[in-house]
Amino acid sequence: MSDIIDEIIAKKGFLLADGATGTNLFNLGLEAGDPPEFWNVDEPDKIRSLYQGSVDSGCDLFLTNSFGGNASRLKLHNSEDRAYELSLAASKLGREVADKSGREILVAGSIGPTGDIMGDAGWLSHNEAVQMFQVTAQGLMDGGADLIWVETISSPEEFIAASEAIENINAPWVGTMSFDTAGRTMMGVTSHDMSNLVKKMKYAPIGFGANCGVGASDLLRTVLGLNENADRPIIAKGNAGIPKYVDGHIHYDGTPEVMAEYAVLARACGATIIGGCCGTMPAHLKAMRRALDNYEVRDVPSLSEISKALGPFSSETDGTGDGPKPARVRRGQRR
Amino acid sequence: MSDEQDIILADLSDEELTLQMHDDLYDGMKEEIEESVNILLGRGWMPYDVLTKALVEGMRIVGIDFRDGILFVPEVLLAANAMKGGMAILKPLLAETGAPRLGNMLIGTVKGDIHDIGKNLVTMMMEGAGFEVKDLGINNPVENYVQELEDGEYDILGMSALLTTTMPYMKVVIDTMVEKGMRDDYVVLVGGAPLNEEFGKAIGADAYCRDAAVAVETAKEFMAKKHNQLSM
Repeated sequence: MSDIIDEIIAKKGFLLADGATGTNLFNLGLEAGDPPEFWNVDEPDKIRSLYQGSVDSGCDLFLTNSFGGNASRLKLHNSEDRAYELSLAASKLGREVADKSGREILVAGSIGPTGDIMGDAGWLSHNEAVQMFQVTAQGLMDGGADLIWVETISSPEEFIAASEAIENINAPWVGTMSFDTAGRTMMGVTSHDMSNLVKKMKYAPIGFGANCGVGASDLLRTVLGLNENADRPIIAKGNAGIPKYVDGHIHYDGTPEVMAEYAVLARACGATIIGGCCGTMPAHLKAMRRALDNYEVRDVPSLSEISKALGPFSSETDGTGDGPKPARVRRGQRR
Repeated sequence: MSDEQDIILADLSDEELTLQMHDDLYDGMKEEIEESVNILLGRGWMPYDVLTKALVEGMRIVGIDFRDGILFVPEVLLAANAMKGGMAILKPLLAETGAPRLGNMLIGTVKGDIHDIGKNLVTMMMEGAGFEVKDLGINNPVENYVQELEDGEYDILGMSALLTTTMPYMKVVIDTMVEKGMRDDYVVLVGGAPLNEEFGKAIGADAYCRDAAVAVETAKEFMAKKHNQLSM
């Protein structure tokens, strides 16, 4: 299976992944508060139309509507027993749309975080997490997904649990983390930490990278960090700008032109699987497709070139680099 | 760990022990915190002083380093857990001695929004700072907030939203509180990734809190103001 991704990348030099799921579903009438995964069963035509939007925009791969399709998230809607059913439905619809497209399109079964905290300070055990992820992953693969895409993860423990679940069912996978806290994930993982983690993993993803987070500039800084010692395809899946509150309503400020520029810069930074996240609509994807199809090899951009093109970084550093790191002046009696 | 000699907590002076507790909170050492709390109580400290000078002050330092990107969520959770260990010892004593309470907070994600990690972090940090927190969970219609505020004894209302589509609902809650004449009885704090200060002001909240550490600092400021007003 890693061959399929490699083949597309070898042929075109890159692979265009999809954009936003939530933003698109709200436009299709999803009521805020309702779990999007229910629509895989209740409103299949709308989910088909979500997927079709990615296909029609020229994507080579799209993610299934199953981000919250794990028992822990579904429990919030008293539906923890529906993880398999809803994931299966999500990827069945995806397979159907992809097969009708008449070209090669990969269906990536989306697995989002449990929302629970793992590790020393948390309460979700490794085994519980593995079990939960496995049910969702099994549903996705049984429904016809080509691979699993684990996304928006912030803790290494959860990333590892997902990998073990996917290993148990022998599926190929890619994984992205969300670097939203001064260049790190919420749990403090830097881009270098993630590269090192992936290298050490027993059942490693065939591609890895960053999704969501803060703005496009931050995401590309992360990609640069990931690329420093990467031995497999890198994924960039950034938001279409930053949500802004203007005249009583809220919108993402990234235009299709900005996202096209982001896509080109992502490729120059070393990413070969490129897509959007929150706020990324078909119009953005079409612009990204055009820009990437016309890509001409260019130098790796500097941080200042990135911020000039896509806006300022949310923090001065991202926890990598050699500069002095912030640290507490400790009395130093323990540890 | 360290090749330094073990620290005998009971041998430390009050001042050294307090500083040591700040370090131990920072390192999330629950058992050591519990031991130190008992030592200070044994030396005749008032429970309220143990709470504020040792625990709350230690968590304040943790909060600053969280805000500044030196500590991250896992370390902060361990610190909060250690704090809770100390708090469990102090709680009954604080009630007995009639110590002033730091404050009670009601928190919940607004209607239409099913995100809860940010809210959960705020809850843990607030509890870590010594506040009592009641968590309403996700997807709360205005009735939930109003009912609970009327039934309980709260100082602060915290609302969270992670979606651009659900942020505006915070205004519905605040407007309802105004209609019912109860808005001024509470400090209203709002938070969530897509929010900003401007939005907080626009909907009539008292403050927008960028992260859990800021939420704690802001809550403490408002409670201090409230106490000052009461004693005037």
